[in-house]
Amino acid sequence: MQHEVESEVQGSVWKVEVEPGASVAAGDVLLILESMKMEIPVEAPVAGRVLELRVKAEDAVEEDQVLAVIEAS
Amino acid sequence: MFRKVLVANRGAIARRVIRACHELRLESVAVYSDADAGAPYLAEASEALNLPGERAADTYLNVEALLAAADAAGADALHPGYGFLAESGSFARAVAAAGLCFIGPDARWLETMGDKVAARALAGEHGFPVFAGSDRLSGAEAAQAAAEVVGFPLMLKPAAGGGGIGMRVVEGPEALAGAVNQAGALAMAAFGDDGLFLERWIEAGRHIEFQLLGDGRGNALHLHERECSVQRRHQKVIEESPAPGIERSELEGLADRASAFAAALGYDNVGTLETLRAGADDYGFLEMNTRIQVEHGVTELVTGVDLVAAQLKLAAGGALPAPTPLKGHALEVRVYAEQPRSQLPSTGRLSVFRPPALHGVRIETGYQAGQWVTPHYDPLLAKVLGHGITREQAIGRVLVALKAFVIEGVETNIPLLSAVLGDADFLAGHVDTGYLARFLANWQD
Repeated sequence: MQHEVESEVQGSVWKVEVEPGASVAAGDVLLILESMKMEIPVEAPVAGRVLELRVKAEDAVEEDQVLAVIEAS
Repeated sequence: MFRKVLVANRGAIARRVIRACHELRLESVAVYSDADAGAPYLAEASEALNLPGERAADTYLNVEALLAAADAAGADALHPGYGFLAESGSFARAVAAAGLCFIGPDARWLETMGDKVAARALAGEHGFPVFAGSDRLSGAEAAQAAAEVVGFPLMLKPAAGGGGIGMRVVEGPEALAGAVNQAGALAMAAFGDDGLFLERWIEAGRHIEFQLLGDGRGNALHLHERECSVQRRHQKVIEESPAPGIERSELEGLADRASAFAAALGYDNVGTLETLRAGADDYGFLEMNTRIQVEHGVTELVTGVDLVAAQLKLAAGGALPAPTPLKGHALEVRVYAEQPRSQLPSTGRLSVFRPPALHGVRIETGYQAGQWVTPHYDPLLAKVLGHGITREQAIGRVLVALKAFVIEGVETNIPLLSAVLGDADFLAGHVDTGYLARFLANWQD
């Protein structure tokens, strides 16, 4: 089962905390967005493996944009 | 006196400074990023110059571009507002080196107070109360040793801090090493300095701050306190003056000590000494903000002193205003572009933006209908201030203004603010820095 992780805000990518292929637990921080001077951590919704990272640091992101894809374990 | 002021900021504070310039018959030069091309402050300034780009780093934080604009406009003074470069000592020095008057405290105060550990030590040396805390440190090992002295729970803060970034509460020794590593990395990313310090954590403290003015010649004055305990993520949401439920003699005693501290330093222009109140007559110095505050209007309403005009006059070598007693009660709420429950930022185009005009209400905003709220700047849409004879009246005036304020195109925290202003604890003045988190946990909207 694949889970698409979407951005809840418009902003930019401040930091990416994981690499493709990494194993993550539910709640692990995948990346940190920046919007309106606020840091917004984006967490893994489920435990599994990072299948895809669709953004990199400093990319602009839109609301509802898919940031990463997680394959549930 | 200078005659033409470059306003190195945007939004509500740019507007506020431009108004003060007009009132003192000074010319004003607005600057604006591409994202702010439709903002109302541009029309109100004597002239407006574009800073190409949208990001803060390319525009309002771009020292070279700001100084070039000042030069092009023939400005002979610069007001930094708040945020952006307002507390940068190197910026203040660059402004002075370019031959402009920097409207704010001397660069050495920006630098000294910007180092939170040095500021704490200085306050302690001058007899202002400070809570138990550590020196500047880095790394988990040094933190362990310092924590044994300070005790748990404690607060971990970046030495170069600001805006609540990197601050965290550590409950016990087992959580310390992880917290130090995280906070150090955050502080490095945000301030280019991973220095931290520890301080005793006050669970249900109140944020009480004192408005100060100094003439740089050893004279200083306080304009009483503001109570700013209603906060989220260490950022203020509601501010008021006077602080409800605290003896006047206690508050005035602290205010006198704060102004004595500013006088002894030879501090100039305006500043705010922030404290945390742990209990009756138990205060600790938090930091000194070397700029005009977002919430300066609260003090203006209860004292009648125009703080921005005072900044301009003091920067030109003028005298301090006269001491003023408190008149009535003032309360400010910050209307943020955010989802009221999750408090996540909300961006979009303001299709409707109608601040009401009501008795006893002052609204400061940098926005008008048609403008975009972008992710590039802070989420403050407007400050809604109410002034009345009593606290009850001030709260009522803000409540009706929130009800009448129509904003479409972004989500706002107005539903949350209105709910807080009707909450029994808030109305009884039972607030502390944990109040808003507790309120949100139980809030049924």
